[in-house]
Amino acid sequence: MKTKYLHKTAVLIIIFLLLSFYSEAFEPAIGRKVLDVQLPVPENSQYQSYLGVKNFQGNFRVSEIDATVVLVEIFSMYCPHCQKAAPELNALFKQIEQNDKYRGKIKLIGIGVGNSDFEVEYFKKTYNIEFPLFSDPDFTIHKMLGEVRTPYFIGVKQSQDGKPEIFMSEAGREKTPEELFDLITTITDL
Amino acid sequence: MIFTSKKTLIISGITLLSLIIFSVFIPSKSNALSDIYGDKIFDTGNLKPVDSELKVKTGENAPDFTLETISGTKITLSQFQGKKNVLLSFIPAAWTPVCSDQWPGYNIAKPLFDKHDTILLGISVDNLPTLFAWTKQMGELWFEVLSDFWPHGAVADSFGILRSDGTAERGLFLIDKQGIIRFIHVGDINVRPDLGIIVKAMENLEP
Repeated sequence: MKTKYLHKTAVLIIIFLLLSFYSEAFEPAIGRKVLDVQLPVPENSQYQSYLGVKNFQGNFRVSEIDATVVLVEIFSMYCPHCQKAAPELNALFKQIEQNDKYRGKIKLIGIGVGNSDFEVEYFKKTYNIEFPLFSDPDFTIHKMLGEVRTPYFIGVKQSQDGKPEIFMSEAGREKTPEELFDLITTITDL
Repeated sequence: MIFTSKKTLIISGITLLSLIIFSVFIPSKSNALSDIYGDKIFDTGNLKPVDSELKVKTGENAPDFTLETISGTKITLSQFQGKKNVLLSFIPAAWTPVCSDQWPGYNIAKPLFDKHDTILLGISVDNLPTLFAWTKQMGELWFEVLSDFWPHGAVADSFGILRSDGTAERGLFLIDKQGIIRFIHVGDINVRPDLGIIVKAMENLEP
C-alpha cells in the first residue's frame, strides 16, 4: 500500500513541477484565452468607477474590467523606457477618453512589477498618470507572465464566448500612442 | 523501511532530483529588467544574500574618502559637511540585473532628495570606463557616479561591504551634515531596496 501511494505522490510531484514551470516560463501568447491576473480592488473611487468591476471587495480579474478592450502595461518605476513611455501612455489615455466612440470601451491599467505601493504612487505622481496603477512588489504577477522585460504591453479583448483573448503581447515602446490607438481599434473591430 | 523495492527507490530518487533541479537550476530573475539594455546584461544568477561584515554603525562618523567620478571630477565625502546630507548608494557591479535598474529609478526621484537637502552619490567597484559606458545606457543621470576601483573596493571595504568576490553589497548609507551615519541598509544583494525606506530615512533626519 505504502509503495503504491509513494509512486502516485512522486508522479504527481513531477507533473506539478513540470506544469508550474511551463505555465510560468513563457510570455503571454497572442490568441491565448484569459489573462488570469488578479488585482486588488483599488480604494480610490475614481479608479473603481473607471474599472467598473462589480465586486468592490477583495480582488478582481483583468477579465472582469468593464471594457471591450483592456491594455495592460507591465512597467517598473526603475525602468528608463517605462519612464519615457509614461507621457506616451498618458497621450493614448487622453485620446481614448476624449473620443465618445471609444471612451468606456478601451481601458488602460499598469502593473508595477517589483515596485512597492510607494514606488508606484511616486511614478503616478511624477508623470500625472490618470489610469489605475497596481503594485506587484514580490514579482508574483511578473512570474505568472513569464518575467517579461519592461515595459511590456498585453492587449486583452472580450470575445463572444465570454473568455477574453490576448490580441497583443509585445515588449518595448516600438509604437507611438497613435499607432497603439490604431492597432487596438483595428484589431478589436471597435 | 519505506523503500520496499528497487522501483520505489528509483522513483523516489527521480522525484528528489526533480525537486532539486527545479529549486536550483530554474532561475528566477525577479528583477523586471528594463528593455533598454537589450541582451547586454550579464545574468549573475542568485547570489549569496550578504557576504561581508559591516565595519560601521549608525551614530558613528562615516569613513572619509576621495574618489574619481565619471564626469572627471574628484569627490571627497567630507566636502559636504555642514552643507548637504549624503546618501551613498553602493551597487555590486555594472552590467548586472538588479543594479542596472536601481539608479535609473533614483534618476526620477531627484525632487525627493532635494526636498530633504540630500545629495546622492552612486558608488561601484567598477573602473571609470565601464561605469561611463554602463550609465550612458541609462540616459542622463543627475547624480555623480564614483569609481571605487583602485585600490580595489577600498571605500566599500572601509564601510565593511566588500564581498569575497570583489564586488560590493547593495548598500545604502545616509550621512547627515555633521558627517554622522544616520541610516544603513545592507539587504539581500538580489533585491532592490524600496525607495520608500530611503525617503523615510531622509524624513527621520529632520529634528
